[in-house]
Amino acid sequence: MSDKPVTRRNFLYITTGTFTAAGAASLVWPFVDQMNPDASVKALASTEVDLRPIAPGQSITVLWRGKPVFIRRRTPEEISEAKAVSLDELPDPQDDSARAKNPEWLVMVGICTHLGCIPLGQKGEYNGWFCPCHGSHYDTSGRIRKGPAPTNLEIPDYVFLNDNTIKIG
Amino acid sequence: MSDNYVPKSAVGRWFNERLPLLDLIYGHLMPYPTPKNLNYFWTFGGILTFCLVTQIITGLVLAMHYVADADLAFASVEHIMRDVNYGWLLRYIHANGASLFFMAVYIHMARSMFYGSYKEPRELIWIIGVFIFLLMIATAFMGYVLPWGQMSFWGATVITNLFSAIPIVGESVTNWLWGGYAVGSPLLTRFFTLHYLMPFLIFALVILHVWALHVPGNNNPEGIDVVKGSQDTVPFHPHYVVKDLFALVVFLIIFAGFVFFVPNLLGHTDNYIQANPLQTPEHIVPEWYFLPFYAILRAVPDKLGGVILMVSAIAILAFLPWLDTSKVRSAKYRPLYKQFVWLFFANTIFLGYLGAQVADGMYLIMGRIATVYYFAHFIIILPLLGYIEKTKPLPKSLSEPVLSKEEKEILASGATT
Repeated sequence: MSDKPVTRRNFLYITTGTFTAAGAASLVWPFVDQMNPDASVKALASTEVDLRPIAPGQSITVLWRGKPVFIRRRTPEEISEAKAVSLDELPDPQDDSARAKNPEWLVMVGICTHLGCIPLGQKGEYNGWFCPCHGSHYDTSGRIRKGPAPTNLEIPDYVFLNDNTIKIG
Repeated sequence: MSDNYVPKSAVGRWFNERLPLLDLIYGHLMPYPTPKNLNYFWTFGGILTFCLVTQIITGLVLAMHYVADADLAFASVEHIMRDVNYGWLLRYIHANGASLFFMAVYIHMARSMFYGSYKEPRELIWIIGVFIFLLMIATAFMGYVLPWGQMSFWGATVITNLFSAIPIVGESVTNWLWGGYAVGSPLLTRFFTLHYLMPFLIFALVILHVWALHVPGNNNPEGIDVVKGSQDTVPFHPHYVVKDLFALVVFLIIFAGFVFFVPNLLGHTDNYIQANPLQTPEHIVPEWYFLPFYAILRAVPDKLGGVILMVSAIAILAFLPWLDTSKVRSAKYRPLYKQFVWLFFANTIFLGYLGAQVADGMYLIMGRIATVYYFAHFIIILPLLGYIEKTKPLPKSLSEPVLSKEEKEILASGATT
């Protein structure tokens, strides 16, 4: 630090500079924020799905926030297969009960956690999902078993409004 | 301007030796010699540059949300106003920015007229300025069409129909402009494209405008030649950087006043009604900044004549450096011109007032008189004044008019010894 005295001029420089910087920053924000999801997009942020038409062993894909969501009514074999796996075998260990609130219904975002492609259903070495882009194999619980994907298929926030309806988001 | 500018940092020196860009910017913004007596009317060049950049930035952002289609345009503008984060702010800045841009450009032009800045050796600066003004008119008009409200639609209809006044090929030209047989989607899409392009052309012309300005240097309120680097000039920085910034802050306060308190004052309510090709609003008016020219258009009872006169009213500006035959620049030293130029400004504002009225009865007659006077100023008064006006003696330097008698004597004695 120099031992020069603090002058009135120093004070004016610093206050002017600070106000200019704060003003400029607050002016920049609207130009940045305008690119964020707008009110019309946020209004579509949740999707309700009627589950009645889906029979065991069937899947549907619904659109939620512009992304595909897989809803699969799993067969008893698939459920037992998912539950039987030891967590030690999994690259991203997660129990099946943590992935399906109701074991019969598996709800997942249908986007490969590798680079964003949509995996194909009931394909691959683990009878779950298989991503054709770079060969990631997921099991009947949507957990990554083999291939380049780092994590399991994402589970969105959802609630059962009643036995036949779920609300995603 | 700066023959030996050396950047302080090593990276700066490395860059500048290979591309003297910093040198160029430095020369034009820092030591550039500027007359020491420039008043606040000279700050509008900087304010206008700010306006142009603001319009480009907000426009770029609005274009991210706007849809140029006759069925979707109006709704997309409402979407910007209601849904997009800060969309209301960005659109109000852009819409009011256009108005303030014109306010500033009219003051800038009036300053040039009052102090004779367009005269030798600055004719080309003025002519480039006229082209910038023309592009601004085209850009503003097309921009006003984009929200696709009633005023947008019918403004576009009326203005594009001006081309139908051209003999023989008029109809083909309008159909070509429309891309159809009436104003509709094809016109909207091409207007959007051109509205996006033109500000960049303006920007290029502004660079030429400033480049041409920095050859002879600024005119000044006394209108006399100053020797660069003499006692009559000061470096642009810090003197005029600070003065320009202060003026800009005052301008921004007014700007913010419009945007935050009366954002729709300068617009027209009818433009919040979606375009309806089956119904014209009862009273259609252009934006305020076009009103004087609109009054001239309506003053003539002939379709082609009106169009020609309106175009001439702008085109005649380009010939101003030669229509004004006086060698003295500043109105301060031209007692007659000083009165006539004020009369011209008042007449132009009066034309603007008439442009907003219904073209009928007294308004029409007054419009004709004011139109005749507008042109008479350029083709009769200005050429004649140069011959009949007895101008006041010009000062020898910028200091002379502000010095007291004693100071002048000291200077004179100092000069002789």
